Amino acid sequence: MASVNLRNVSKRYGDNPEVMRDINLDIQDGEFVVFVGPSGCGKSTLLRMIAGLEDISGGDLLIGDDRMNTVPPAKRGIAMVFQSYALYPHMSLYDNMAFGLKLAGKSKSEIDAAVRKAASILHIDHLLDRKPKALSGGQRQRVAIGRAITREPKVFLFDEPLSNLDAALRVKMRLEFSRLHQDLKTTMIYVTHDQVEAMTLADKIVVLSAGRIEQVGSPKTLYHHPANRFVAGFIGSPKMNFIDGTVSAIDAETVTVQINNGGLQQVCVAARGIQPGDKVCIGVRPEYLQLDSDHPVIKATVSTVEGLGDFSYIYAASASAEEPLISRIPDTLEVADGSQIGFSIKPHHCHLFDSQGEAMPRTTPPTQH
Amino acid sequence: MSVAHSRLRYGITTAVAWSLAILVFFPIFWMMITSFKTEEQAYQLSVIFQPTLQSFREVFARSDYLSFAGNSIAISLGVTLLSLLLAIPAAYSMAFFPGPRTQKILLWMMSTKMMPSVGVLLPVYLLWKNSGLLDTVSGLIIIYTLINLPIAVWMAFTYFCEVPKEILEAARIDGANTWQEIFHLLLPMSLPGLASTGLLLLILSWNEAFWSINLSSSHAAPLTVFIASYSSPEGLFWAKLSAASLLAVAPIMVLGWLAQKQLVRGLTFGAVK
Ligand SMILES: Nc1ncnc2c1ncn2[C@@H]1O[C@H](COP(=O)(O)OP(=O)(O)OP(=O)(O)O)[C@@H](O)[C@H]1O
Ligand SMILES: [Mg+2]
Repeated sequence: MASVNLRNVSKRYGDNPEVMRDINLDIQDGEFVVFVGPSGCGKSTLLRMIAGLEDISGGDLLIGDDRMNTVPPAKRGIAMVFQSYALYPHMSLYDNMAFGLKLAGKSKSEIDAAVRKAASILHIDHLLDRKPKALSGGQRQRVAIGRAITREPKVFLFDEPLSNLDAALRVKMRLEFSRLHQDLKTTMIYVTHDQVEAMTLADKIVVLSAGRIEQVGSPKTLYHHPANRFVAGFIGSPKMNFIDGTVSAIDAETVTVQINNGGLQQVCVAARGIQPGDKVCIGVRPEYLQLDSDHPVIKATVSTVEGLGDFSYIYAASASAEEPLISRIPDTLEVADGSQIGFSIKPHHCHLFDSQGEAMPRTTPPTQH
Repeated sequence: MSVAHSRLRYGITTAVAWSLAILVFFPIFWMMITSFKTEEQAYQLSVIFQPTLQSFREVFARSDYLSFAGNSIAISLGVTLLSLLLAIPAAYSMAFFPGPRTQKILLWMMSTKMMPSVGVLLPVYLLWKNSGLLDTVSGLIIIYTLINLPIAVWMAFTYFCEVPKEILEAARIDGANTWQEIFHLLLPMSLPGLASTGLLLLILSWNEAFWSINLSSSHAAPLTVFIASYSSPEGLFWAKLSAASLLAVAPIMVLGWLAQKQLVRGLTFGAVK
């Protein structure tokens, strides 16, 4: 059990420019932290620096109270599970899980107890004599996790552990990760591409982009109070809609925006560093972009309708937004491809971003309807 | 139509393969026959004759086959072990901790193989003479190792490159040091490849003739020198030369034949994956 703290951490490979800079991050003891971000943003690099598999070019890494920058991986109290499982192919599962303990010089009975315990937690007791080759992907992943558990680490590191599994198995393993964390109560750091994994598993999500931390917060915070346009667009699926406009009036708790090629839209945010006449961008999630033929603020032409059972997504081109607008509507509504439609948005469902992409603080609780 | 076409292609490939095999095998076959002939019969092209062991008897009477064979075995094994011992750590560092110049070093090492050996014969001869390595088994082991090291490093490097880096990283997290990584993981995982590297080294050093003929005469002379001693001064004695050659190549041919599966698998390892 340990906290993990990064202070001004940076990373450069050889003489190349820095791929990560100014990383400051505090992870509490027992927290489940998820790193997300687009491909190449540095998630794995950050995880591997914590593991000790990559040198830290600048700054400090603390695990517990100790500075770990130059401590070898095995002495950091961490265990890592790789995307490719990285099992030892010529060893039985038992030996895979026992290897670290053997190297540490543990006694036979200690090793046996640890391996059997991990195997029973993960329900792989009956497979211990097999070689990794003779296992399914899901079973291999369990062994990799088992190998991590036997080390009794203070911090678990997972680099996209589920991305090689099929969808159904992913859901199952996701629940197991959540159970594992409840059982072990150990600090866990988890890298993923998968929104749902991030939202469901994390106590705290760290959004990275191009080697920088964009925002750190609980899944709810990131969803309802994204700090900038990048986070707003990255968290949530389908993506948030971005509608361009110009500030027309500013009040204490609201800003009024003249939508390009559209009407006036009130937005419940506190104005920060914007003035009437500035270019801004309204953000609204698909579930809050409502069909409205009476008082539309935005006009659009339907290009595709995707029915998903209970509800459908409408994709519609509009002169007010660069990208097609996405709206979630109840399945009972019939909308034809190519039809002209209008949308309206409730003021407290809007996000507002300035021309730099920074978000204005929202003034109304987002859950209110 | 396409079935007939592919049959035809199969037929042609088979014919080409067989022709090549026969072309390669024929001299060996002829040598085998000749070794069982008398010196007079050796000049006739006939394959029907009364086989005799006379040439073998004469060869054994004239020279100490076992001493040559013993040297060949000592040298081949020595070269194989020493080369692997040097090549494995070198290939390990090149495969898993490559620097900016690793690729260039690999190419440069290979390029030394393109230089004709005779180009460095004189300096090597003098060096060996001055350091008392002439006509010693260790002297031959050193020169063969130097010659074969590029191949050994290159092959080991290719096999190591096939080992996923993450497995070694996992071992590092499990607390393995460099040597434990190599012994517990890298070697067992690349064993098929390393075994064929070893076999190839064994065969290459068994067959090496240029340096053995130039750097050894009697004391450390391997079987290649033994064959050569039947070729020149007193004229050509085809039957005895063939018998000597057969005695020299037989052990390695048997070994090669026993290990051919392993060899093919090892040598095509990278290609089929
Ligand atoms: N060994 C390396 N040498 C040079 N640059 C590297 C090396 N490894 C990673 N990088 C660079 O560092 C940056 C971050 O890479 P990293 O693998 O951490 O991304 P990631 O967020 O894990 O991406 P993905 O989601 O695709 O796994 C990338 O720009 C990558 O090109
Ligand atoms: Mg990655």
